[in-house]
Amino acid sequence: MEEKQNFTVSVYTENNIGLLNRLSAIFLKRHINIESMTVSHSEIEDVHRFTFLVNITETLIKKVVLQLEKQIEILGAFYHTDDEVIYQETAMFKLSSEYLYDERIQNKLKLRRAHVVTITKQYFVIETTGFKEDIDKLYDRLKPYGLLQFVRSGRIAITRPKMAISELLIEN
Amino acid sequence: METLNKEIQTKKTIKKIKISGAEAVVKCLLEEGIELVYGYPGGAIMPVYDELFKYENKIHHVLTRHEQGATHAAQGFARVTGKTGVVFATSGPGATNIVTGIADAQIDSTPLVCITGQVNSSLLGSDAFQETDIVGISTPVTKWNYQITKASEIPEILAKAFYIAKSGRPGPVLVDITKDAQFEELEFLYKKCEKIRSYKAIPTINNAKIHEAADLINKAKKPFIVWGQGVILGEAENEFKAFIEKTDIPSASTALGLSALESKHRLNVGMVGMHGNYAPNVLTNECDVLIAVGMRFDDRVTGNLNTYAKQAKIIHFEIDPAEVDKNVKTDVAVLGDVKETLSSIIKLVDKTTHKKWLQEFTKLYQIEYETVIKDQFNPTKKGLTMGEVINRINTETQGNAIIVSDVGQHQMFACRYANFINTRSSVTSGGLGTMGFALPAAIGAKMGQPNREVIAVIGDGGYQMTIQELGTILQTNVAVKIVVLNNSFLGMVRQWQELFFDKRYASTVMTNPDFVKIAEGYEIEANRVTDRSNLNEAIKTMVSSKTSYFLEVVIEKEDNVFPMIPTGASVSDIRLS
Repeated sequence: MEEKQNFTVSVYTENNIGLLNRLSAIFLKRHINIESMTVSHSEIEDVHRFTFLVNITETLIKKVVLQLEKQIEILGAFYHTDDEVIYQETAMFKLSSEYLYDERIQNKLKLRRAHVVTITKQYFVIETTGFKEDIDKLYDRLKPYGLLQFVRSGRIAITRPKMAISELLIEN
Repeated sequence: METLNKEIQTKKTIKKIKISGAEAVVKCLLEEGIELVYGYPGGAIMPVYDELFKYENKIHHVLTRHEQGATHAAQGFARVTGKTGVVFATSGPGATNIVTGIADAQIDSTPLVCITGQVNSSLLGSDAFQETDIVGISTPVTKWNYQITKASEIPEILAKAFYIAKSGRPGPVLVDITKDAQFEELEFLYKKCEKIRSYKAIPTINNAKIHEAADLINKAKKPFIVWGQGVILGEAENEFKAFIEKTDIPSASTALGLSALESKHRLNVGMVGMHGNYAPNVLTNECDVLIAVGMRFDDRVTGNLNTYAKQAKIIHFEIDPAEVDKNVKTDVAVLGDVKETLSSIIKLVDKTTHKKWLQEFTKLYQIEYETVIKDQFNPTKKGLTMGEVINRINTETQGNAIIVSDVGQHQMFACRYANFINTRSSVTSGGLGTMGFALPAAIGAKMGQPNREVIAVIGDGGYQMTIQELGTILQTNVAVKIVVLNNSFLGMVRQWQELFFDKRYASTVMTNPDFVKIAEGYEIEANRVTDRSNLNEAIKTMVSSKTSYFLEVVIEKEDNVFPMIPTGASVSDIRLS
C-alpha cells in the first residue's frame, strides 16, 4: 500500500463566485478530507490562490490535481510535499485576564514565540504563527487554563520550486 | 438568419438600441446558429419564452412533457448532429428536473447549453417560491455554470457557454438567469468567444510522443485498438479508418464508440466490456500493445484493473489530460485532438499485416457465435429473443438506421447486434446508464437527422420512466419508431439476481399496462408481436411507416445477456453462459 502524506495543493483561479464549491466537489467525490484551506489574492493581479492541505497518496493527488486543473476557471493547479514548501499557520487564543501575570503562561509564550495582541480587564488574546505542531503544543499547554476561544488559520505556503503559473498565463 | 445578422450589424454600426435581457438570450442563440430548443416554460423564464414567441419563425421550440425529456432530446440531437443541444427550463423544480440529463451529458461528453430561469436577484437566498440553488446543485455535473444577475452580462456569458460546451472535450454548461436580468435592458453586442485564458480546450501536441507511439506500434506483434466516442466527437472517423487499415490492427469499440467504424469492417472485432464480444475481451489480455483511442477506460470496459492488459504496453490517444493514467497506467500518452494526432501517426506507421493475430479473433468469434449468438438469432426456445429482434431490424434497415437504446438488457443486445454503416448512428446512455433516456433522445435524434430512420429500442422499465414524451411526438409529429422489448421484468437487474442473488427477484417483476393502447391514446400507430411468425412482417411495417410508430415485442421473460464479465472479474474471465 502506497503511503499517505501531506500535500499542499495550490490552485490559481479567476476570482469568481462559486469556484470554491466546484473545487471542493472534486475532493468530495473522491472522499478526501480537506485538512485546511485558505483563499487569498496571489502574486498575479486578478488571480486568486487557494491553498489546500490534504493527506493522501501521491497517486491520488496527481489525479485530483489534473481534475482540478481541468475546471474552466482554474489557471493552474500544483501539489507539493512538505519538504517542497515553506508553510505556516496562525492561531489565536483568548484567555481570562486572571492568568495574565501567571508566570507559567508567560514562560510558555516565550518558548513558542507567541505574543499578546490585546488585553482588557476581562480577557487577553495571544497570537502565534508557526508549524501546525508548534500551535498544537501551545494549544495543549494553554488548554488547562480554560480557553475562552481558540481559532487557527489554514496552512499558507510558499513553494521552494518555482511556480509555473506566470508562464502559463503568458503562453495563453 | 442572414437578414437577422444584417439587422444586428446595422444596429451595431448605426445606433445602439437597447433590448431586454430576454430578447438578448434569443439573439445570442441566433448568433450561435441555434434553430432548435427543447424546454418547458414556467414563471421564472417567462420573459425568455415571450421573446421566443416573437422569434418563432427563426427558432423552433419543442415543448417536451418533462424537463428531463428536454435534456435527453437535446442530447439525442447533439449526438447525431455534432451540434450543441439547447435546453430551457424554469427555476426550482424545472431546474432540478434537468439535472439527470446534465449528469448524463457530462459523463458522456455531450455538448449542451442549458438555460434556466431564476427568481429575482433581490430574492436570491431567501427560499423564494420556486427557488433552488441550481448553480450549486449542478456544479459537480457541469463543465461550467454561471448565474447571471445583470442583463449586460448575457451576451458575453452565453458566448462563453457555447464555446465551452462545444470545444475540446464537450460537455454540458448551465446558465442561470434571474428574472430581473431578463427584464432589464442592455445594449446588445455579440462577439463569439474563441478563447478563455484559464481554459485550454485542446492540449498542445507533443511530436515526440507520436514518434514513441509509432515506434511501439511498428514493433508490435499483437497490437490491439480499443476506440471510444472520442473518434466521433473529434470527427476523426476517416483518419481512424486509414490508420487501422494501414497497420492492419484489430479494433474494438466501447459502447459509445459504436458506429465510428462500420460494424462489418474486416478489422472491426466488436465491442469490449462487460457484455461485449468474447474475442476483444479475452485478447485484451494477450495483446502486446494496447492502443486506446478517445476512450477513458471505464470500469465497465476494463473489469478488474489489476488484471487488465498487464502484459501490454499502453498507448493512449486522449484530449483530456485528466483521463491519462486515471484508471490505467499508460506507457505513451498522446495528448491532443485525435484528428490531428491520428493524421500525424499515419505517416509514421509501417504498412503491415497481422494475419495470424487477426485469425485469433476470428476463432474466438466462432466460439461466441456457436455458444451465444446462434441461439439469439435462431432461437430454439419458443419465446422471442431480443437478439433476433435487433437482427431483424438490421435486415429491414440494412444498417442505415440510427439506433437509440435505453439502459438495460435490451441496450446491450442493441449495442452487440445492431449493424451500423454510418457514423453517429448509435445513441445510448453509456456512462450514467440513465433509464428513460431513449424515448426523448430518439425524438431529438430524429429532429437532428430528419432524413434518417431513427429507431428507439427500449425496455418495458425504462420506457415508463419517460413515457410522457409520447405527448411530444403527438404534438410535433416527429416520425420516431419505438420498439419496446417487453419481458415484464427489469431484465438486467433480474439477470444479476438470477446469477448472484440466488434468483431472489426483489422488486424486478413489472405489471405493465397495455402499451399499444397507450400509444394509440397519443395517436401513434401501434402493434404488438407475441409470436415469432409475426415478427418479420411487424418490423417491416414499422420501418416502412412514414409516421411515428410503436411496436411492442413480447420477449422471453428470463433471457440473459451473454457474454458477461462479472463485476470484479478480469476481462479474460468473460463468461459465455
